[in-house]
Amino acid sequence: MSSLTVLEPGPLATIQDRGRSGQAALGVPASGACDRSAYALANRLVGNPDGAAAIEVTYGGLVVHADTDLVIAITGAPCTGVPLNAPTTLRAGQVLRLGAPSSGLRTYVAVRGGIDVPAVLGSRSTDLLSGLGPAPLVANQTLPVGSSVEPMPGVDLAPVAHPADGTVVLRVTPGPRRDWFTDAGWASLVSQLYQVSSNSNRVGVRLDGEPLERACTGELASEGMTSGAIQIPPSGTPVIFLADHPVTGGYPVIAYIASADLDACAQVRPGQPVRLLSS
Amino acid sequence: MRLLPSGDRALLVELDDLDEVLGYYTALTADPPADVVDVVPAARTVLVTTSGSLDVLSRALRAVTPIAGAQTSGDLIEIPVVYDGEDLPDVAQLLGCTAAEVVARHTGDEWTVAFCGFAPGFGYLTSAGSWDIPRRESPRTKVPTGAVALAGEFSGVYPRESPGGWQLIGRTSVRIFDSSREPAALFHPGRRVRFVDAGRG
Repeated sequence: MSSLTVLEPGPLATIQDRGRSGQAALGVPASGACDRSAYALANRLVGNPDGAAAIEVTYGGLVVHADTDLVIAITGAPCTGVPLNAPTTLRAGQVLRLGAPSSGLRTYVAVRGGIDVPAVLGSRSTDLLSGLGPAPLVANQTLPVGSSVEPMPGVDLAPVAHPADGTVVLRVTPGPRRDWFTDAGWASLVSQLYQVSSNSNRVGVRLDGEPLERACTGELASEGMTSGAIQIPPSGTPVIFLADHPVTGGYPVIAYIASADLDACAQVRPGQPVRLLSS
Repeated sequence: MRLLPSGDRALLVELDDLDEVLGYYTALTADPPADVVDVVPAARTVLVTTSGSLDVLSRALRAVTPIAGAQTSGDLIEIPVVYDGEDLPDVAQLLGCTAAEVVARHTGDEWTVAFCGFAPGFGYLTSAGSWDIPRRESPRTKVPTGAVALAGEFSGVYPRESPGGWQLIGRTSVRIFDSSREPAALFHPGRRVRFVDAGRG
């Protein structure tokens, strides 16, 4: 059987697929790859069926050993030292070493056949909030590779742009609790230059900046939210929900990130400037 | 009923109260519109996500009529409980009764899972009884799996060990959530629950 062995996981590496959507009514978060298009591209490049499990690498640092001959593809944040956006053969015994990404945060490593760990509630995704799915990768862990494949796509290199360096602009639309904030609060949200907090993770991206003015006090009864919800906790600064967000939240959602910009949102790194654009 | 925007893949239906939420959820899930991905009830709202068009979803959601009496129509499950929770004396004091009377009220009421959240399989259960129990002033860092608890108008069972601020009145050995079981969650919105006194366990 094909397999690869993790020599070093780097800061955080997890197994991800399309997640567990459809079970939110039971309190089960969607989870899954944060940057869906980069994840899907990696699978396509190696001829995997949609939904095959891949490795999501956070800020590079992953080192893996090919136990057998493998065909892989690496997409998303461009890590140094490895081929990007192209199917590549790793010979048995070869070591793949992902350096730090030159832009972006999350890199996807797909292996032809898919990472074949047991599925939990229909998904192989690691959910860091609820603890469902496999634990984050650790050194010396061997990952079995499956055998379910489609023909190779016949593509040498996918022409995709790297995640943005510098200021990232994310389009937003008013959310269900826009009216909990004053017009000045809304204007501040869509005009100020935020900075991504180091306290961000797969649950959410936190932005540092000027607090927003509330139009009403009081507490919100928890309500359902999806990825891209921009919650404003009492601190007044935004938390943008990503893949591992809880199914409900108790802070007012002033706005939502446009779903077309969610993948870019999943690639912002601590310290990076972010502007939210009213669309 | 009010429809509120929630990005380009979901709408939030705001309703008058928990009963209407459950009635709306029951009606909607009995005959879900095309392309609906998730339906998430909460205390006053139902979030509906779609893989299709928001306009189509909006029309479908406006056409839903909440089913009256939905809280008494779901299937019933019995949960045996050993009522030896650490906070049982405090709850009795809050209610001005004895611990035995708290147990009698908790087992006497018929509960309904109004919605889930907090953790996979954690149900917020309501009853016709007038419970109004404040949360603990300082939450516990570790509540054991199977702890049966009260907070506000709700009762719940912790599906796994976690931090928690609810008042603990007992424990059950029934696995409320088991991801390797089908179905994983015993508590789903609309399900009726009766707690049964299992004695000293």
